[in-house]
Amino acid sequence: MQFAPILSALRRHRLATALIAFEIALACAVLCNACFLIVQQLRALHVESGVAESSLAVINLGCDDCKGADLNARVTTALRAVPGVQSVAVVNAAPFAQPTGYAGISLDREHFIAVPHFYAGGPGAAETLGLQLMAGRAFQADDFQTAESWLPQNTSVWVTRAFAQRLWPGQDPLGKEFWSDKYHFRVIGVLAHLTPPDPGGGHGDSAGEWSVFAPMLPGDSLHGVYVLRASAIDLPRVLREARVAAQRAAPEAVLDLQQSRTLPELRADFFRQTRVMVGTLAGVIVALLLVTALGIVGLASFWVQQRRKQIGIRRAMGATRGDILHYFQTENFLIVSAGIAIGIVMTFALNLLLMKFYEVPRLPVYYLLAGAVVLWALGQLSVLAPAMRAANVPPVVATRSV
Amino acid sequence: MFGYYVDLAFHSLRRNKVLTALMVLAIAVGIGASMTTLTVVHLLSGDPLPGRSQSIFYPQVDANPKNKDSSEPLDMLDYRSAVDLWTARRADRQALVVQSTVRLNSADAGKPAVMMPMLSATTDFFSMFNVPFRYGGPWSEQDDAARARVAVITDDLNQKLFAGENSVGRALRLRNSDVRIVGVLKPWRPSPQFYAVRGGRFAAGDTSDFYAKPEDVITPFFTGLDVNDGNFQQFTCWSMPPRPGHLQDSPCVWVALWVQLNDASRVASYRRFVADYAAQQQAMGRFTHAGNTRMRSLMEWLDFNGVLPSNVRLQAWLAVAFLAICLVNMVGLLLAKFLRRSGEIGLRRALGASRAAVFAQYMVESALIGFIGGVCGWLLTLAGLWFIRQQPVAYADMARLDVSMFLLTFLAAVGASLLAGALPAVRACRVMPAWQLKSL
Repeated sequence: MQFAPILSALRRHRLATALIAFEIALACAVLCNACFLIVQQLRALHVESGVAESSLAVINLGCDDCKGADLNARVTTALRAVPGVQSVAVVNAAPFAQPTGYAGISLDREHFIAVPHFYAGGPGAAETLGLQLMAGRAFQADDFQTAESWLPQNTSVWVTRAFAQRLWPGQDPLGKEFWSDKYHFRVIGVLAHLTPPDPGGGHGDSAGEWSVFAPMLPGDSLHGVYVLRASAIDLPRVLREARVAAQRAAPEAVLDLQQSRTLPELRADFFRQTRVMVGTLAGVIVALLLVTALGIVGLASFWVQQRRKQIGIRRAMGATRGDILHYFQTENFLIVSAGIAIGIVMTFALNLLLMKFYEVPRLPVYYLLAGAVVLWALGQLSVLAPAMRAANVPPVVATRSV
Repeated sequence: MFGYYVDLAFHSLRRNKVLTALMVLAIAVGIGASMTTLTVVHLLSGDPLPGRSQSIFYPQVDANPKNKDSSEPLDMLDYRSAVDLWTARRADRQALVVQSTVRLNSADAGKPAVMMPMLSATTDFFSMFNVPFRYGGPWSEQDDAARARVAVITDDLNQKLFAGENSVGRALRLRNSDVRIVGVLKPWRPSPQFYAVRGGRFAAGDTSDFYAKPEDVITPFFTGLDVNDGNFQQFTCWSMPPRPGHLQDSPCVWVALWVQLNDASRVASYRRFVADYAAQQQAMGRFTHAGNTRMRSLMEWLDFNGVLPSNVRLQAWLAVAFLAICLVNMVGLLLAKFLRRSGEIGLRRALGASRAAVFAQYMVESALIGFIGGVCGWLLTLAGLWFIRQQPVAYADMARLDVSMFLLTFLAAVGASLLAGALPAVRACRVMPAWQLKSL
């Protein structure tokens, strides 16, 4: 196939050619960036919680005039009595539930370096949540102390691997110490995963796994939030009965219905906005491809009709149907390629804008390759029907005047 | 002539129904998507206090010993600074504002109590922010000073508890105290909930909670502190508060102060007053640095907090980019459509039509496509806004089309299609009559 005649024909239709190329370029820019955003959002959606999500539920009681120890005793007894409950523990927060324990920490009591979420749990909380210890040791009875406010003054804690990496890059975190105000912490274990309650909520970095898990005895500064474990199939029923049981055991407390849910429900709620955003972006992409394809079909049909006579002459001079078909396909390929060339520049410009105003990383090059392939395929598909119509133009057209 | 062109345009649109449908659809989808998102942007980025916002200010001083003069002060005030500035009464109006979650006991013993957000403010809050009353009115300054057990409730709560009747004089049981209702608000839905905006710069763009509804129960500031003692949340602390929830003497910031200053000289003198206060506190040793004061106007404060949620903005940009692609596409299709009728154009020109007449004819045709697209786009916008109202976001209930956005929809659709039609129409009116006639 020779390019020269195609190019010279296109030169006579500069405006229409430029329009299609420009449309392809715009489509390329939006397509690549929208796909990239989708992947970013999906990554956020699949954050690993680090707990045995599918078999956990939370009961959240608000009670500002209660004695913590008394409330805990009544409620945990009542919850344990619910058929199907495997274990119950007192915690201050759970993944995807209300965060309660963000606090700035320092390694030298002087300079704040990060704001992790402090989970606190009573005896059995780590086991109930199903935390996976990578290194270090489990909590022993004397690790659990009472606290007057917030946490005990000296606590042996677990931290996530991501957070340990942030604090002590490349070192063994076991035995290391850190401070938050007058509170002192010593790392005795490293967790593979434990997401803060609101991953991506602006506290940690984008990986966001900055969590500390501290053991303490339930009491005045640890009460009201209970995590219970049951088999995944039983969970909805167990939660229903646990809500009733908790309310009956502590009639003066207020059951927070928004927060007293199963963990899968809390997770779905937390990410609902993200899912809507993914849906919107996907919708935009589909509509965009459709509109672009229609534009190509429209213009190609116009050209085919306009060149009927020339096509007829070529056919009369001995060009095969395949030649005509290939002519239009090559023409489309050239235009789309030009569009992609402009589109690459526009894609990166758009990506730079997004990086400036939204927390979006740099677009990897393979998105562009994928985008180009999709657009080439789209161009070929949409030009196929008009090109076939062109190939069917009979040679006898050449002899007619219209 | 216009009527004739409209006739011609209808005729031409009917001739190729598929192509017409494609163009109308492209305009409709593009307009529908961009108007839906732009309506949301318009609702969320408006002025919550039109006519008043320029005289509302948010003074800040910095009690945090760990900050420096070069850093941004914390987003709220510590109790002592807030109360000192408020007590001085140097502004035309001034209100202390704090929010907390309180237990509202049900009057009828069978029902469980509920936790609900409570706003505690001094009485200027109502006059300063033009809060409309249905029954009764705000409490008095004496009530503020005497920590009177009174409250104002919203229309929503009044509907729920008292079926919308005049409930002034009736009692509510907040935690362990009875408060007497002195006023019931009319429906009041500021967008955003501007008096509670703070910390936007730490929210990573996720600011949709700034558009929540106002709290259902409003008590005098000091009454709220008494009634709900132990349940107050700090914005942040620079060291651990000795008694969590009771923050009056804590190293924490948790109170907002809003002031109204009616003219430029009052603004200048209040700025001086705030700076002097900080300097005096530094001299007393309570502040470590005095230069770190700010006083932003309401709109500046909203801007500083980036109240427009970033995904709303992103969606708006996407929609506009999408509309641009639809338009480029329409230019191509119109070009094809108009030039296909070159023979017809040649004939008209040969019979004496001027270039302007041909241009006008094709612009009328484009405008007609735009108008039909606008009608479909309007329906799609209504559908889009309905979809947003189903979403669990704080501003969902506000997503409705107002008159200005309704008109803008048609204006945008016709404008966009005229823009798209201009280039093809110019090409059409440049057709050579002689050349076209020869080939007929």
